[in-house]
Amino acid sequence: MTDPAHGISGRPFSVRHQGGFPTIAILCFVMLYAPMISLVIFSFNGGSTIGKWEGFSWNWYVSAINNRQIQEATIRSLQVASFATVIATVVATMAALATTRTKAFRGMTAVYALINQPLMIPEIVTAVALLIFFAIIKGVTGYTGMGYLFAAHTAFCIPFAYMPIRARLEDMSLTLEHAAADLYATPWKAFYRVTLPLLTPGILAGAMLAFVISLDDVVISLFVAGPGQDTLPLYVIGQLRRIVTPEMNAVSSLFLLASLTLVTIFFFLTNKKQ
Amino acid sequence: MLIVLLYSFLQKDTYAGIIWSFSWDGWFNVFLQEDIFDETVNIADAHLSIFLRSIRLSFFTTILTFIVGFPTAYFISTRPEKTRNIWLFMITIPFWTNLLIRTFAIMEIIRNEGVINTVLIASGLIDQPIQILYTDFAISLGLVYVYLPLMVLPLYASIEKLDFRLVEAGYDLYGNRWQVLRRIIFPLVKPGIIAGSILVFIPSIGAYVTPRLLGGGKSLMLGNLIEFQFGQGRNWPLGSSLSITLFILVMIALLFYIKITTKKGGERD
Repeated sequence: MTDPAHGISGRPFSVRHQGGFPTIAILCFVMLYAPMISLVIFSFNGGSTIGKWEGFSWNWYVSAINNRQIQEATIRSLQVASFATVIATVVATMAALATTRTKAFRGMTAVYALINQPLMIPEIVTAVALLIFFAIIKGVTGYTGMGYLFAAHTAFCIPFAYMPIRARLEDMSLTLEHAAADLYATPWKAFYRVTLPLLTPGILAGAMLAFVISLDDVVISLFVAGPGQDTLPLYVIGQLRRIVTPEMNAVSSLFLLASLTLVTIFFFLTNKKQ
Repeated sequence: MLIVLLYSFLQKDTYAGIIWSFSWDGWFNVFLQEDIFDETVNIADAHLSIFLRSIRLSFFTTILTFIVGFPTAYFISTRPEKTRNIWLFMITIPFWTNLLIRTFAIMEIIRNEGVINTVLIASGLIDQPIQILYTDFAISLGLVYVYLPLMVLPLYASIEKLDFRLVEAGYDLYGNRWQVLRRIIFPLVKPGIIAGSILVFIPSIGAYVTPRLLGGGKSLMLGNLIEFQFGQGRNWPLGSSLSITLFILVMIALLFYIKITTKKGGERD
């Protein structure tokens, strides 16, 4: 019927083709993007409803940016995300080095499973665990600051930072490190001069991922944040229970834009290494 | 920093330990698993129905994502090399954008005065807005929308490796499209199908944000029930045992997954 592997595309009958699949695929992309596009469009709505278009305006962006609560929540979100990203990335790098650059030690699979386990269990279970854990600390120390939020975010960001770093480390061969050692580099020097620079794309990708994950988090923050400690997503979900104005669309669109930028950078970082 | 490290490693231990100590503390002097069992029996099986609904909705979501996700993954993997990455990127973008915002976006689309209803009314197809928001269907729709990339990506990974010579052989043997799909393609990409289903099922069953926004007050899912016990409900032991139950459900799903995949590997060797 057709030549094996060649000349498939030009013919009316293609083995790769399945009837209706492209249509569904296109519909799927439309479905994925239409709601977001509509969200962005209505953030420019002149009126105060979300269904009816009443002319273009920047008003909602202006009001969102001047909203004190939104400002505070954004700053808080950025603080938490930056702190969590830095600590989680450092810890994840060390963990990745420990699980790939040392001889297999007993219980290594167990450690590996433990690091990855937060990826597989539902967020809400982690949230409950953290809540109870923090409640005990709170009971003992009486501390009720932002520390809990910082710690919680750091904890759940570690596996996300760990994945790309480990992937990068596994791709790197040991040859260069051995070469450095042959040239009388101390282990520390070899790490600093050879391993670390090679690892940088992985670390950056991991950090980026951790940052996005931390910014996005709702469930864990909801459990852990005390009164007056709303992060941006918490503020948004609180507002969505009331009457929704396009102000929320404006906030969400800005948020969307930020995530989009980060994801694009992440994509290029991980693609470049291949 | 070391504490944080230790802590993230020990998460599972501490958490089990803490629940135990709480139950010893006498918040509830009932054995954990019995505790949940008692609750479901006593409280007008409201919890049981939420459990069943969560499982049902998650299954439904998984199947729907597969129906939409499989053709999409297939479509992407049969694109020419150059454009393939762009399509993939387009799947990944929604995956990494904020879940809350995406739920909000779909909420706006399906609300009574939202785009879908406005368009339908304007076109004269209906004269009353259809109530979509705050129904079980809305939750499912939202979950499908939110978790679709999790189905497409593993499916893509296995379809990409598919040997199309086998597909061709199927056609040579007078198989029609459906037979080829069912007898050749599905069995070959089975690992991807299973991985995708698990990846969709697990977050669905523990979902919190989506059912809360799209389900209104009436349609709760497991995640909301747990949150309620820690929030207004003030019943921490019950909340804890519920989350342990959820954890166990997920573990069962995972074990199932591991069992299937390892068996697959064994057969091939």
